[in-house]
Amino acid sequence: MEYHNVLTTCPYCGTGCALHLQVLDHQLVGVLPAKNHPISQGGLCIKGWNAHAFVNHKDRLQTPLVRKGGKLVTATWDEALALIAEKLSALKAESGPDSIGVFASAKCTNEENYLIQKFARAVIGTNNVDHCARL
Amino acid sequence: MTNSIPEFETDSNCFLIIGSNTSEGHPLIATRVLRAKQRGAKVIVLDPRKNQIGHWADVFYTFRPGSDVALFNGLLNIIITEGLADQAFIAERTENFEEMKALVAEFPAERVADLTGVPVEGLYTVARLYATQKPAAILYAMGITQHTTGVDNVKSVANLAMLTGNLGIPGGGVNPLRGQNNVQGSCDMGGLPNVFPGYQPVTNPETIAKFSKAWSSSLPTPNSPLSNKIGLTVTEMISAAGEGKIRALYVMAENPMLSEADINHTRHCLEKTEFLIVQDIFLTETAQLAHVVLPGASFAEKDGTFTNSDRRVQRVRRAVRPVGDSWPDWEIICHLAGKMGAGGFDFVSPQAVMAEVAQLTPSYGGITYERLEELGGLQWPCPTTEHPGTPYLHKNRFSRGLGHFFAVPFKEPAELPDQDYPFTLTTGRIMFHYHTGTMTRRSKKLDSEARQAYLELHPDDAQKIGLNGSRRVRVSSRRGQIELNVRVTERIKPGVVFIPFHFAEAAANVLTNLAIDPIAKIPEFKVCAVRVEALSGTEHRGGTDHRSGESERRTRRDE
Ligand code: SF4
Repeated sequence: MEYHNVLTTCPYCGTGCALHLQVLDHQLVGVLPAKNHPISQGGLCIKGWNAHAFVNHKDRLQTPLVRKGGKLVTATWDEALALIAEKLSALKAESGPDSIGVFASAKCTNEENYLIQKFARAVIGTNNVDHCARL
Repeated sequence: MTNSIPEFETDSNCFLIIGSNTSEGHPLIATRVLRAKQRGAKVIVLDPRKNQIGHWADVFYTFRPGSDVALFNGLLNIIITEGLADQAFIAERTENFEEMKALVAEFPAERVADLTGVPVEGLYTVARLYATQKPAAILYAMGITQHTTGVDNVKSVANLAMLTGNLGIPGGGVNPLRGQNNVQGSCDMGGLPNVFPGYQPVTNPETIAKFSKAWSSSLPTPNSPLSNKIGLTVTEMISAAGEGKIRALYVMAENPMLSEADINHTRHCLEKTEFLIVQDIFLTETAQLAHVVLPGASFAEKDGTFTNSDRRVQRVRRAVRPVGDSWPDWEIICHLAGKMGAGGFDFVSPQAVMAEVAQLTPSYGGITYERLEELGGLQWPCPTTEHPGTPYLHKNRFSRGLGHFFAVPFKEPAELPDQDYPFTLTTGRIMFHYHTGTMTRRSKKLDSEARQAYLELHPDDAQKIGLNGSRRVRVSSRRGQIELNVRVTERIKPGVVFIPFHFAEAAANVLTNLAIDPIAKIPEFKVCAVRVEALSGTEHRGGTDHRSGESERRTRRDE
């Protein structure tokens, strides 16, 4: 048996509490509060205490899916990414970069948001990039 | 937020909480407020519903949804006429005071009482308490911004803080509480149609030149400049997709099918989108409509940083490997960019991405993983690696120089109740769920606490619609209808009804109005007109009260 805690930040509201994910044999088994954290001071709300619970849910997407004959079917990464690259390049050539829109995400990390807006602005060539901050 | 969360406990002597269900939306911030109250700080809560923090407040009033600007103008007027304004602050640090003063003079307390439903003496109590108990912090959330007058509301909040000198001091300021964990960071990183990272405008030629140079290897040809044309917002992109003007949408970890206003319209538009890519951890309502679905990784399966409401950049650390063949979202974007032939995406880790962010974003200039490791978190602005971070903003000056008072005229919401749709619907969150419920509704404990949507209705209104002990109602607006259980409660103002928006099967956003604020482009989630009809028979699936979820537990998803 191998057990350790990983200090991280709560994925729910914008308060930014810190929590420890409890990892037993490479599986998440629970959450512990972080005692010395300036925001959460050893506390968490019920959402924070359950922050690990959805991670291994059976509904998690495990592979890329591509729509074929009206249905979403399993695909490889190579297949899915090649299809997207081809489609986006074609649409951009045909109707210009502003015919493509990109949604960044308030649930993803800073680094991911940075990359996706760089992708929209530099690779696609559009400022059509926004997220659900307003919602 | 202009303040830091810990300052609420140690420095603030007064809180004005408006449009924020703090105890449910931001529980650990509510804890700080209540601790401050124990040492004598005053708590004022203004909301269309008597929420939990409202019960603890020293002063609580309900007000009519959408009358916020009138309310603020009334408070500003009282503070000025009673001589409670901070003259020194106004003289040294602000401009345009006279114009604002002239406008709010048109809002005597009697008129404001009529417009808002807050009694005259209540207006005086709130104004006097807020203006005299310095430092005072205003806390607000989507209750202020999700209106067609959202920007006006925010300007009004700033007026009130400046008038009383409550800015640039510990514990005194203007504090929008961010609903989602990384809304702040997503904005900071340029996840917005008008700005690059660090709020550098896309319309500024110098900024365009700077980023075109920095990102030259990602551009189709090294010399092609970036676009200086302001892009579309989420709401506009969805409509443009419906009209065929946008042909492809790439949606990363968002679920507009539940979070957008007017779901029927959103569905129609997304169904018409020629090529829809959705990257998420679950097959959300939006992903079900996609042409390609890419499995991303959850927060526990990747490294990175989030930035919370008080501008604190903190680490997210990988604890386990991603499930199945899912990938961290940053890797997906990098691979896709590579497939499209772009350079500049060969990052080996999120740490390397942050190094590029720091180079191009002045407010993040001093943020490195090494420092985060050592210090735990850093609050921006943090321009250099020697800078300790900034707990509260606007200390000696505003970023634009002088603080500008706005004269904000009052406008009614886009849709008012009438004979056909006599109730005002307002939407919001509850303690146990988060946003569209994708994650929390798959957490056994949270799901068992609250499994169904419900409508809050005042007892007088229950009688008016002839509810007669029935527990089911049909709620309709000009855009659609849903059926759900009802909770009769005095917490809500008569004439107003409330629905939490987390639940797909009775989605509040089928009803909401897509009318948007002309500047911020936020839909008016917080006000629309609806009709409520009692349905005969009771719902046998059991209680909707989140403390009586027991009977439902057997009938729903059981894992
Ligand atoms: S533990 Fe609760 S209050 Fe803290 S960040 Fe998470 S959801 Fe917000």
